[in-house]
Amino acid sequence: MMEHIRTPKVENVRLIDRTAPRKAMVGTLYLSATHTIFVENNPETRRETWVLHSMVASVERPPTTPSGSHLVVHTKNFQVVQLLIPQERDAMDVQASLARLSRPEKYSELYCLSINPNANKEEREESWSFLDLQADYRRMGVPNNLWVSTPANSEYRVCDTYPSELFVPKSATPPVIVGSSKFRSRGRLPVLTYFHQDTLAAICRCSQPLSGFSARSQEDEQMLEAIMKSNPGSDYIYVVDTRPKLNAMANRAAGKGYENEDHYANIKLQFIGIENIHVMRNSQQKISDVGELKTPSMGDFLWGLESSGWLKHIKAVLDAGVFIAKAVAEEGISVVVHCSDGWDRTAQACSVASVLLEPYYRTMKGLMLLIERDWVSFGHKFSHRYNHLEGDPKEVSPVIDQFLECVWQLSEQFPCAFEFNERFLVQLHRHVYSCQYGNFLGNSQKERRDMGLRERTHSLWPQLWKDRAQYANPLYRADHTQTQGILRPNTTPYCFK
Amino acid sequence: MEFSEHIKTANVEDVVLRRPFHPPMQGTLCVTGHHLLFSNRDGDSSRLVLLLLRNIDAIEKSVENLLGYSSLFSSTGQSQRPSVSSGTITLKCKDLCVLQLDIPGMEECLNIARSIEYLSSLDIVSDMYPFFYRPLKLSLQDQWGLSSPEQNYAQMEELQDRWRLSHVNKDYSVCPSYPPAVIVPHSIDDETLVKVAKFRQGGRFPVLCYYHRKNGMVIMRSSQPLTGANRKRCREDELLLQAVIDGSGLGYIIDTRSNQQAQQARMTGGGFESKSSYSCWKRLHRQLERGKVLQESLIKLVEACGDHSHSVDRWLSKLENSKWLSHVHTALATAGLLAECVERDGHSVLVHGSEGTDATLLVSSLAQLILDPNTRTLDGFLGLLEREWLLAGHPFQHRCAHSAYSHARLRLEAPVFVLLLDCVWQLARQFPLAMGFSEPLLLRLAREVYASDYGTFLCNSDQERCAAGVKERTHCLFQFLLKPSEREHYSNPLYEPTELAIWPSIQPQSLQLWRGLFLRWTQHAVHLEKAQEELRNLVIECRGAS
Repeated sequence: MMEHIRTPKVENVRLIDRTAPRKAMVGTLYLSATHTIFVENNPETRRETWVLHSMVASVERPPTTPSGSHLVVHTKNFQVVQLLIPQERDAMDVQASLARLSRPEKYSELYCLSINPNANKEEREESWSFLDLQADYRRMGVPNNLWVSTPANSEYRVCDTYPSELFVPKSATPPVIVGSSKFRSRGRLPVLTYFHQDTLAAICRCSQPLSGFSARSQEDEQMLEAIMKSNPGSDYIYVVDTRPKLNAMANRAAGKGYENEDHYANIKLQFIGIENIHVMRNSQQKISDVGELKTPSMGDFLWGLESSGWLKHIKAVLDAGVFIAKAVAEEGISVVVHCSDGWDRTAQACSVASVLLEPYYRTMKGLMLLIERDWVSFGHKFSHRYNHLEGDPKEVSPVIDQFLECVWQLSEQFPCAFEFNERFLVQLHRHVYSCQYGNFLGNSQKERRDMGLRERTHSLWPQLWKDRAQYANPLYRADHTQTQGILRPNTTPYCFK
Repeated sequence: MEFSEHIKTANVEDVVLRRPFHPPMQGTLCVTGHHLLFSNRDGDSSRLVLLLLRNIDAIEKSVENLLGYSSLFSSTGQSQRPSVSSGTITLKCKDLCVLQLDIPGMEECLNIARSIEYLSSLDIVSDMYPFFYRPLKLSLQDQWGLSSPEQNYAQMEELQDRWRLSHVNKDYSVCPSYPPAVIVPHSIDDETLVKVAKFRQGGRFPVLCYYHRKNGMVIMRSSQPLTGANRKRCREDELLLQAVIDGSGLGYIIDTRSNQQAQQARMTGGGFESKSSYSCWKRLHRQLERGKVLQESLIKLVEACGDHSHSVDRWLSKLENSKWLSHVHTALATAGLLAECVERDGHSVLVHGSEGTDATLLVSSLAQLILDPNTRTLDGFLGLLEREWLLAGHPFQHRCAHSAYSHARLRLEAPVFVLLLDCVWQLARQFPLAMGFSEPLLLRLAREVYASDYGTFLCNSDQERCAAGVKERTHCLFQFLLKPSEREHYSNPLYEPTELAIWPSIQPQSLQLWRGLFLRWTQHAVHLEKAQEELRNLVIECRGAS
């Protein structure tokens, strides 16, 4: 990376406080292989400001003024760092260096892969065994006489974006599993993600069926039938399509679409209407623009908030979770959730539902496990969505941001129900983008295995756990009424902020 | 007055009461001169719901009596009650709670509705409930009010060489809305004050309301000068203001109207301090809304909060449309400006708008909260309200006659005091450790100001309160809130006093809707209340452990 640094050090740089532009710190700017560092000259304070290159979203250089060149650095976690550099030449060099450093072209350029993996070999190995997904399935009582583990996806044979270990209904035979996977977009067949022991209802996830206008698959129909049978006493299941109905219908023209209720016995189809990643990307752009208005009036702000649509989208995600949680806990009906590919909106809906249903997922370790299961293991495309490498900007979208915000909104409504505080969520958000740890690199379990991330990087989870004292919510008590049982949030618009 | 003549039906059996957070309840409804009483005997346990009639802002009734009519004209109709007729009364309260009563019998229903309509809007002060409220624990001999202007003055020794306590208004003749004693510059005698009062609307001549110990600068407040269309001057008024700065250079006047509004005010006899006559004073205009605009804003906001059907977009657009948060924003921004003039730039400031009884008080009291740690304790805050609102003559009875649900034609209503409480809540939210009092106190005040067992918020001025015998014949809310039994509930468990000024952020994203008040009756509020309780327990536990 060092070869991309044109100027490693610039002196007499001013770091400008955005809220009080007249106040500024004078100091020296350093560019290292991993960070931009600003050190204040004042010998008494020597305040340091560090910005990790992978957190940099953009570097703008407004027209040069007599006092020098401004550089405005936006980070992916919404920080804005404004610098004033005396020489235009230096400013251009810094901008060019940062532009390159913040957009690595290969995984090997990332911070977590730039360290010597064997420096702390034991610690590294131990860090990856901190979470045990299989143990979490056992905690929910899986496998059991209704749900079993299948070897079908070992070596990622039926679906290369799924984990190798999958849980399916006991009555689903190997031909049904393989047949169903062939009838689903990218092979993402319906499999178990959450099992509710109280009602024996389950949440399953998959991608859209390749139904087009009339195609059908006996095996896929049998698969959904098997899912229903794995919930003794129920005579139908919900299929939750998290897309707006129009989008789902449009997909039929491309040979995809949604389940035809005439072909599948005993399903009830429900559309939720979460918008796609492109709408969400634009919405986030708009809302962060609102945050940067110079001196907005209250009206400007509320109008901007409204026209960004951000809270509307958050509500849609939460509503999806509420629908699923209600079906599972109150009606005792199993739910199959999908969107198009089943790795964005589906991940959001399933994980919000889990948080509502299961007190354990409202603890620190529980939330880690939930992210590890519904997001990491089921092939949420972290590197594409969070722009880890220079790539297609149309793939970028704040999908997990929205999940974390849903959890935050819930924690605002139920201040005693969560073991962790806001800082924990902010920290998670940061590390999704930072690439300081190997957890969120790549786009699927298979990719991570092929890269050998466990051998080459550290895991984030034990680090967060070590610092858990600063992430604890003082109001949380395991025996509090808000802590127990399922959460029934109010999703009336005024509850969102 | 005899209340009974307005109560045709005093008791009805088998009424169903529906209210937030409780399942419907069947029982007996009873109307008294000041209350609705609902009781239900369920086996051994009996429950009682008491509602102050004054709290009712609007009443809506609907009756179903189709079969009732036919039986009226049938041969047996005279003797038989129309058993199927019934009515529903919806009560919308000033504390924003909405209740519903299902009453069997159309006539009973209409009678009760009529009684409520009449008794909830009594306007003779001495008929109001505080004059009848006689709890066992309180005595009318208890002290009324927290302190007097004399005591306040005596406590502030450091200002006494430049400022004096004037009793020029002891019989309320100079300014009917001022208290009998006010603080003015030492060099200005009472005779001058009388002349100044004639030059200010309502006689509200400039008086001291805050002395900043750190630099000796002061906040003064008054009403507008009566310069009129031909730019009249008043030598004494100029002298008084000159004495305020006393050679310290420059003072600021914060006019809570826009420049244009101030110009227009001249047409109706009002005006502003012109540069040429008051050369040492610099005027700043900041437009704060008042009166009808503010009341309508509250009505729109409450309407938006009560509508559960709409989408996020519509909610946000209604919230914006109500402009309530914009009013919060402007009030805090202006108070911040005032505090900045005093603390950072070291200037004395005079605040006024037109009457000087609404926006002026809002801005001056918020600025004091920002600057003065003494006003941030529980006692200090209530003291501030007493000085800056009750004694300073905010017309509570006019402003709080009706709240957001009323269908009555707007007269002098305006939720200025609620706006103050909202701004204080915003401050407390931004500085969770700085305030000695808690959100429940603000909520309690927001309720009491509209309907109360206590006499504190009755009438429009100190003079009226004295004339009505409020201080002898009713109990004082502030004294009650400071009793040991109440004090704990209204204290902030996280309180850690700071001597520093607390500068609020007035970025729009820093201001929030005050859910505790406006969404008080939704499930939402219950979870948050539990959290408050948990927090309190936690702090008590920690204190116990250490």
